Amino acid sequence: MPEQLAFTIEVFLNGLMAGVLYALVALGFVLIYKASGIFNYAQGVMALFAALTLVGIMEGQVPFSHLINAILGTEVHHFGWHVPAFLAILLTMVVMIVLAYCVQRFVFRYLVGQEPIILFMATIGLAYFLEGVGDLMWGSEIKTLDVGLPQGINVWIDEFTFEATGYGFFIDNLDIVASIVAAILVIGLVMFAQYTKQGRAMRAVADDHQAALSVGVSLNFIWILVWSLAGFVALVAGIMWGAKSGVQFSLSLIALKALPVLMLGGFTSIPGAIVGGLIIGVGEKLFEFLIGAPFLGGATENWFAYMLALVFLVFRPQGLFGEKIIERV
Amino acid sequence: MKYKLGTLAVAGLMAASPVMADLVFPSLSYRTGPYAAGGIPFADGYADYFTLLNERDGGIGGETIRVPECETAYNTEKGVECYESTKGEGALVYQPLSTGITYQLIPKVTADDIPMLTSGLGRTSAKNGNTFSHVFNFPANYWDGASVAIKHIMEQEGGSLEGKKIALVYHNSAYGKEPIRTLQELSKKHGFELAEVPVDHPGQEQKSQWLQIRRDKPDYVIMYGWGVMNQVAVQEAANIRFPMDKFIGIWWSGSENDVLAAGAKADGYKALTFHNVGSDYPLYDDLQKYVVDAGKAAGAGDQVGSVLYNRGVYAAMLVSEAARTAQEIHGVSDISGGQMRDGMEQLEITEEKMAALGLPDFGPEFSVSCENHGGEGFVAVTQWDAEAKEWNLVSDFMQSDQDVIQPLIDEDSSAYATENAIEGNCK
Amino acid sequence: MFYREAGDFSTTYAEDQQTFPIKFDRYRYYVVLFVAIFVIPFMVNDYWVNSLFLPFLIYAIAAIGLNILVGYCGQVSLGTGGFMAVGAYASYKLMTAMPDVSMFIHILLAGLITAAVGALFGLPSLRIKGFYLAVATLAAQFFLVWLFNRVPWFYNYSASGQISAPERDTFGILITGPSAEAWATYMFCLIFTVFSALVARNLTRGSVGRKWMAIRDMDIAAEIIGVNPLRAKLTAFAVSSFFIGISGALFFSIYLGAVEVGEAFGINKSFLVLFMIIIGGLGSIFGSFAGAAFLVLLPVLLKIVGVDWLGWPTDIVAHLQLVIVGGLIVIFLIAEPHGLAQLWRVAKEKLRLWPFPH
Repeated sequence: MPEQLAFTIEVFLNGLMAGVLYALVALGFVLIYKASGIFNYAQGVMALFAALTLVGIMEGQVPFSHLINAILGTEVHHFGWHVPAFLAILLTMVVMIVLAYCVQRFVFRYLVGQEPIILFMATIGLAYFLEGVGDLMWGSEIKTLDVGLPQGINVWIDEFTFEATGYGFFIDNLDIVASIVAAILVIGLVMFAQYTKQGRAMRAVADDHQAALSVGVSLNFIWILVWSLAGFVALVAGIMWGAKSGVQFSLSLIALKALPVLMLGGFTSIPGAIVGGLIIGVGEKLFEFLIGAPFLGGATENWFAYMLALVFLVFRPQGLFGEKIIERV
Repeated sequence: MKYKLGTLAVAGLMAASPVMADLVFPSLSYRTGPYAAGGIPFADGYADYFTLLNERDGGIGGETIRVPECETAYNTEKGVECYESTKGEGALVYQPLSTGITYQLIPKVTADDIPMLTSGLGRTSAKNGNTFSHVFNFPANYWDGASVAIKHIMEQEGGSLEGKKIALVYHNSAYGKEPIRTLQELSKKHGFELAEVPVDHPGQEQKSQWLQIRRDKPDYVIMYGWGVMNQVAVQEAANIRFPMDKFIGIWWSGSENDVLAAGAKADGYKALTFHNVGSDYPLYDDLQKYVVDAGKAAGAGDQVGSVLYNRGVYAAMLVSEAARTAQEIHGVSDISGGQMRDGMEQLEITEEKMAALGLPDFGPEFSVSCENHGGEGFVAVTQWDAEAKEWNLVSDFMQSDQDVIQPLIDEDSSAYATENAIEGNCK
Repeated sequence: MFYREAGDFSTTYAEDQQTFPIKFDRYRYYVVLFVAIFVIPFMVNDYWVNSLFLPFLIYAIAAIGLNILVGYCGQVSLGTGGFMAVGAYASYKLMTAMPDVSMFIHILLAGLITAAVGALFGLPSLRIKGFYLAVATLAAQFFLVWLFNRVPWFYNYSASGQISAPERDTFGILITGPSAEAWATYMFCLIFTVFSALVARNLTRGSVGRKWMAIRDMDIAAEIIGVNPLRAKLTAFAVSSFFIGISGALFFSIYLGAVEVGEAFGINKSFLVLFMIIIGGLGSIFGSFAGAAFLVLLPVLLKIVGVDWLGWPTDIVAHLQLVIVGGLIVIFLIAEPHGLAQLWRVAKEKLRLWPFPH
């Protein structure tokens, strides 16, 4: 196989994988926007907070240790135990559910019926708040996240493609795991939305709050459920991204990568997040490989993703799978 | 510092009155934000050295030292605010540890007559003291680093780089672009092919770049990164099974934070340095005794001996010796900013001096002059041992290629001088 | 009791139509201007100006600009950082190419250039609405930052890619560069802030502003009654970018003096200005000022209280800053979703009747 073709296929496959990672982050946004019309600016910070909590629980860190030491003059840092990964993930989920409850109870219950931009601003305040609390609780140094996920080149694919095409493709093991996890998540979420009572209630709330209330759906419960689900998605995204770079502030910036995905796929569609992610991932990687690196000096991925989404939006202003915006005069 | 907040509130209110007869060394640190992992150990090392001097020697020349810390979060506007709020307290020298803030402050410190030390960062052409009277960047700068990396590679390749391919993975910012010109000149001189691979801030995602490197198969990779870009780069390099001992990072890409995340796969990764590593020095025993065990350490006390902590100690050591020099030249112990600048300009670091301080072999020897604010450009190479989890020096301090670098420095500093209408400061 | 409207009659149309028809408001405005022009310059030092007043004035101009686009015309834009970068780089190229021309001209020209760029990037707004448009403007943001990083002509081929403002003076007084006096830089920015606020206020009170508000409220209905959406939206983008460009030029040449585009004009800047106008109140000039004050001054005040007065460790104070700012944002929104400007309006309404309850 000619080398350039093999390279292109490799870049295409890696683009698909990268797109899956973006879609993981975008799923959290979609869930919350679908059910309550809120664009959750805090999703990236939630991923950071979830990852910090996971590492903190696994390492047996004392929460707020820096603050406690500063006030009381003590020197405590660790409890001294190590929690296995699976149990730590469950405990972190509990924390995220508590967070969802607090957010619902103390913030959004008072903001029912407000305009979208006000709700957006509330999530901004929430993002600042959560970032500060996360840093106070667990500290701002970088932490290593090790839940046993494999990383590194997949040797089997490398050798197989080398024999088949003369060039060994690079597919990262972590990306394969992430794709499987994302597939399970999406299938799970779609089935939840379609076949369970709570899922149907969620779709009812997404459609019309008043009507859902009138048939007896508890808005508060659904919103807590949705925020918990978004918290779970944030935790998964935090684990996948944190395994590569360690858990630190920059993890919250992955939310920016999800924005073009949301633009393209539509803010309200779960399959849209996946398809959008794949298109953005492939598009930006292929552009960087074919045009960005050789002719434009590289580092074009950031803005090209947005340009690509913009082009799609011009033809379909609500995104590929989003709800058609119907305006009545 | 470990204080009880309550007592400190009272003490803070009482001590709020200014004008102490102290030597003030402001610490523009970043313990939060995207680069906290790098900023925390440096700030700890910087503060701990001065605490040691206060505790053990009673300060410098009898004057106690004060290190007011100001959080910049690596943000330029906050850096300006920190500078403005601390300069009135009799600040003697600034070490911003951020290229962005450095560029900001270069004209300001010159106008306010306070020197600035930017070892191994900032505006490289500040080495030219004729144009930049108040900015110093000894013992080495970014271009020295690039040149020594090439020298080290040449040594590994048996003296010739003809036909070799070297890739530069750099942070797509002013800092990352620093070595490009130098490396281009060196590639012309030595006949190797240079590939420039930019990584967008923050560098959380580098799949494309490392796929490209895997396709192009360069013989060596040099990295100018900072923050999360380092960790991800080392991880991705390990993922594509790039030989770690052919991967050399600049001194800001060579700390424990950058390699611990990748675990055993980062074994053999190399980094440049302008100071020595480890904690096997008599001074560190004193640090343990007077500072860490006495509960006066700036941080949690667990960073002692790490690369960035050592850099902070080295930075503090350089400016305290400059302060001592300033006190000697001017014959006063309560020096001003301008006098500190003179002290820095006449600073001489020799092996005897460093050994007397308890830091034998801690850095290269150099002397500062009016024309040369940047030292002699001696840089060494360290290597990461993933099993022992420590960095080890694997080369001597080598000098960079001054024939290539000096003309570039003259060119850049004269452009600045023309733009800002600066006549020469040295007679 | 304060707002003595009784006996305050207008005898000409001009009096009736003025910005502050109530005498108390007018006098309050004159007093604020008097203090700003004649009292503060004599009292400030480097620190107050560089840390408090200059960022407040400059961000207020940017907030006014963005408020015109988002608050009055309803087009959510996240490209503010990129447009400020256009203003900064335009002023840099102008300053270095024409060193003898007055800084006033340079800043205004930089604003005009940014207006043209803004109108260009505003074209997608004709098709895309709401949050989708916000994300589309991010394309402008990232593209502009990449462009200024990539093309060496913009930073005059300097080796480092940073731009520094050379020293310039106006009417004999130095205003850029480190030797510029604090009061001189303050006055220069104040002139632009007052000018921007006046222009914005009058634009939004006129037919142009009404067209914008019609588009914001229901653009299809607006089109039916004859408002040209193309003209209205593009002029909103252009005028908004004019102000944002001015603020970017001032940010670079007067306030910071040297910028690196990725750090100074990144997406954080765009979000920051958007937060300012949402907190301050959309569709209100006073709200732009209130929001700018809130997000610029509050962190500095918290830092002064935390570190200088109470002596707490700097990182705990930095984290607490985030917690307090975030908490206050949420509390303000719950108390008054329409921002600080609405709180101010309600207070004024109550004052008009005080001490009577209704």
